[in-house]
Amino acid sequence: MGSSPHIVVVGGGSTGTGITRDLAMRGFDVTLVEQGNLTHGTTGRMHGLLHSGGRYAVSDRASARECIAENRVLREIAAHCVEMTGGLFVKRPEDGEAYFEGKLDGCRACDIPASVISGEEARAMEPHLARDVEKAITVPDGAVDPFRLVVANAADARDRGARIETHSTVTDLLVEAGEVVGVEVEHEAGPGERVHGVEGGREEIRADHVVNATGAWAGRIGAMAGVDIEVRPSKGVMTVMNVRQVDTVLNRCRPKGDADVIVPHETTVILGTTDEEVDDPEDYPEEQWEVDAVIDTLASLVPMLRDARTIRSFWGVRPLYEPPDVGSDAPTDITRDFFLLDHAERDGLPGLTSIVGGKFTTYRLMAERVADHVCGRFGVDADCRTADVPLPGSEDFSVLRDYMDEFGLRSPVGRRSVERLGSRADDVLDVDGPNPTVCECEAVTRAEIRDAIEGSGSDLNAVRIRTRASMGNCQGGFCCHRMASELHGTYDEPVVREAWDELLAERWKGQRHALWGRQLSQAMLNYALHATTQNRDRDPADAGPVDYAAFDDGPTRAGGPAGADVAADGGQNGN
Amino acid sequence: MAIDSAVLVIGGGLAGLTSALAAARAGGDVRLVSAKQSTLRNASGLVDVLGYAPDGTGPLIDPFEAITSLPEGHPYRTVGVDAVREALALFDEVTDYCGGHTDRNALVPTHGGTVKPTARYPRGVAAGLASDDRDALLVGFESLLDFDAPLAADPLRAAGVPFGVRGVTVGFPGDLRADAKVTRYAKLLDVNDEVGANGRSRAARAALAAAVEPHLDGEPRVGFPAVLGDDRPGEVRRTLGEMLGVDVFEVPTGPPSLPGLRLEDALFAALDAAGASIETGNPVVDFEGEGRVEAVYVEKNGARIPYTADQYVLATGGLVGKGVESDREGVSEPVFDCHVPHPADRYDWFDEDAFGDHAFAGFGLRTDAQLRPLTAEGTVEFDNLRAAGAVLGGYDFPAEKSGSGVSLATGYAAGWAATQEAR
Repeated sequence: MGSSPHIVVVGGGSTGTGITRDLAMRGFDVTLVEQGNLTHGTTGRMHGLLHSGGRYAVSDRASARECIAENRVLREIAAHCVEMTGGLFVKRPEDGEAYFEGKLDGCRACDIPASVISGEEARAMEPHLARDVEKAITVPDGAVDPFRLVVANAADARDRGARIETHSTVTDLLVEAGEVVGVEVEHEAGPGERVHGVEGGREEIRADHVVNATGAWAGRIGAMAGVDIEVRPSKGVMTVMNVRQVDTVLNRCRPKGDADVIVPHETTVILGTTDEEVDDPEDYPEEQWEVDAVIDTLASLVPMLRDARTIRSFWGVRPLYEPPDVGSDAPTDITRDFFLLDHAERDGLPGLTSIVGGKFTTYRLMAERVADHVCGRFGVDADCRTADVPLPGSEDFSVLRDYMDEFGLRSPVGRRSVERLGSRADDVLDVDGPNPTVCECEAVTRAEIRDAIEGSGSDLNAVRIRTRASMGNCQGGFCCHRMASELHGTYDEPVVREAWDELLAERWKGQRHALWGRQLSQAMLNYALHATTQNRDRDPADAGPVDYAAFDDGPTRAGGPAGADVAADGGQNGN
Repeated sequence: MAIDSAVLVIGGGLAGLTSALAAARAGGDVRLVSAKQSTLRNASGLVDVLGYAPDGTGPLIDPFEAITSLPEGHPYRTVGVDAVREALALFDEVTDYCGGHTDRNALVPTHGGTVKPTARYPRGVAAGLASDDRDALLVGFESLLDFDAPLAADPLRAAGVPFGVRGVTVGFPGDLRADAKVTRYAKLLDVNDEVGANGRSRAARAALAAAVEPHLDGEPRVGFPAVLGDDRPGEVRRTLGEMLGVDVFEVPTGPPSLPGLRLEDALFAALDAAGASIETGNPVVDFEGEGRVEAVYVEKNGARIPYTADQYVLATGGLVGKGVESDREGVSEPVFDCHVPHPADRYDWFDEDAFGDHAFAGFGLRTDAQLRPLTAEGTVEFDNLRAAGAVLGGYDFPAEKSGSGVSLATGYAAGWAATQEAR
């Protein structure tokens, strides 16, 4: 159809990419704009928990039912992004019996498979669980890689004709005759994939409808067209440990509070979290007490955490929303439910819809509701198929094949590559030429890095989130320069250097919250490798000119200390 | 009965080895105990003395001249410039390093494509210096990720080096696995086994030369990543050079760093030749004594064995070597619990920028003029304990490019003084 309505989706998190995929599948012409990388906002800064719904089974059964339904859907359509670890709600002696019973009843009422096991049985599953844990409820919690999931949504949408613009900030909503008719964006580095050093530019993107899926940033977008969206951003810290002390999601079985969940994620576990309302989703304090609080509190579930190695901490901002008439005081009391705001109906401003609140596990459902709404607005009769059509990487996929032999990879490297790539493994790993391991901590090979570069330009942080390279114990100490090298050939050296510096800066940011013990040793080693061996901190190419002739030119050259002669002797004495 | 010596050196890195060597050569009865692999495998193998002043001025041409204007409390100020020169003289005597012919720093190309100032460099690096104006070809290997030669050549040109430089990538002959360690490359060249290349079989060195030869365009020198032999680097370099008709050099890479490992081997051999006792693989876990160290305990197979000496040298390394440890509450020295000054708030331990002015880089012991560690009150912790190398604080070796030089100079000074004072 030559004249599909053109929809602009603002926000490249799980919701925005999910909406883009859904609309593209229903025949719309879609453009997604995101100010940073995909997952730049809240999606890239979460604990990776695929909720069973158990968490909400006492306080918010509607959310709990949505969670378990979407949990089942994602296991099917996003198998290569999900690890079904299972989860436990763990009761300590000081946690109330009534709440435990309420949790169990709630799970059962919401169709969440749940059963009670003894403390001994729980410790048989998780040997590092505290000795005084009395009992636990098993639930189908899991771990999900938000980066992989979002990239898969975006890739599929692009395959279906959508345009994906990252590093493109919306600077204004275009309003004409009382209706939103598009967005004005500032491209950091030209349209398309991001390449360092490419001149940016302003673009007006006209649209038949604009969807604001910017989560904690939704108020800012709304304000551009004069509508109020009362998002209440709330920050939470997540602390990443260097190994998997546990293989099951552990939840503290008590009313929602700080520091009550441990999520195994790839090679790490992530401790979460805190809940503090902030004014600005981009500028808020990241504080030591928050890190100390999650470690010390969760050590009551898993005592070895108290002295274990953490590799970094990061903060995320929940896009909490509540209708103006509710007025909760504490962020923990604000609902985790999502809200579709039809600004035509709500504010008399057609052409704009916002989606706020909600949580990662239900991103697909949120996207479906938005797409249904947009279909209704344009009279399009098309069913949602996102619950049935697998994402790229999760189609007809079997990990049982012997990928290690097939692609000449050592077994742990092969297994982990294939787990990440899913059904794309053939396409990505079947390359000519040697395929060495670039990131040893996370077992990422050159082929996977190059595949990611194809999808993300010269942005190494985008490569990082696609592959996990530089996200392990050494936090990039041994592999940042290797990742940068893989850009060379496609990109010139100045582009490579800028991308490399940016990756080093990003890796440093989160490590600062883990600088004691072995991670401080690691940081010192990384600093020594980068500054001493590579001299990256004082690269003469960045500083003033160097008087090369004044330095030693070798033991066998005749010029001796007289500087001027050295440069002029033509190298005749070099042998 | 305890195992006794006049001088006991704890730690087998550059500082410990130099310390034991200085003590042994001064006629001392010396024993060195070392817990594990030294951190030299992580080091470039270059011996920096001082590349940049603490305020960032540099690259410094003459490190010795600059030492005199370092701030009080810097280990170089403690031992003095003469100790630095004496330590380097000893080092030059026992290794095959260059740089001793001049006081000037050399600028060595790095694997990342910068140059860095250093005072001593392995002979295999000599033909690669950036002040040498002969054109250079850099050669990288497809599977060796730490040195991308074409990528390294560009910024060298951007840094204005006085010669033409190009980089090429070739396949390393033979069938090494894609993720083979650098030691595998080195062994292949050491042994010079037959390898298959282009459908025929030939010796590894000849096959490598044949892979490089078509890329040469008259350059009189060719640089490789530092994998040219482990046991016989000179021979590998010479053969390749003769076959190609060029001077061959290595660009330091790692970890693991073959130049660092070769240096470790050379120093252990020199120490052995000097008659010291050497024990590796067991950590010192505890000590006895107040005001004076009476004995230390070495853990062997779960047992604690006492070692006694008249004088002790602590050369257990810094944060990397775990001679300085930390937890969320503070920073400490684990063997003797010597005082390590540090800010109380751990968020004051680092700078916001990756290459900022990090307090943690200077964590370590403060000493008196004799290199004896000081308490928080400024008194000597133990009369017969000296400290050397990265366990010392007060200097930021990555920023200054001073790590090896401080280890040599303080190791030398501590070892020499310990022998003088031993009964």
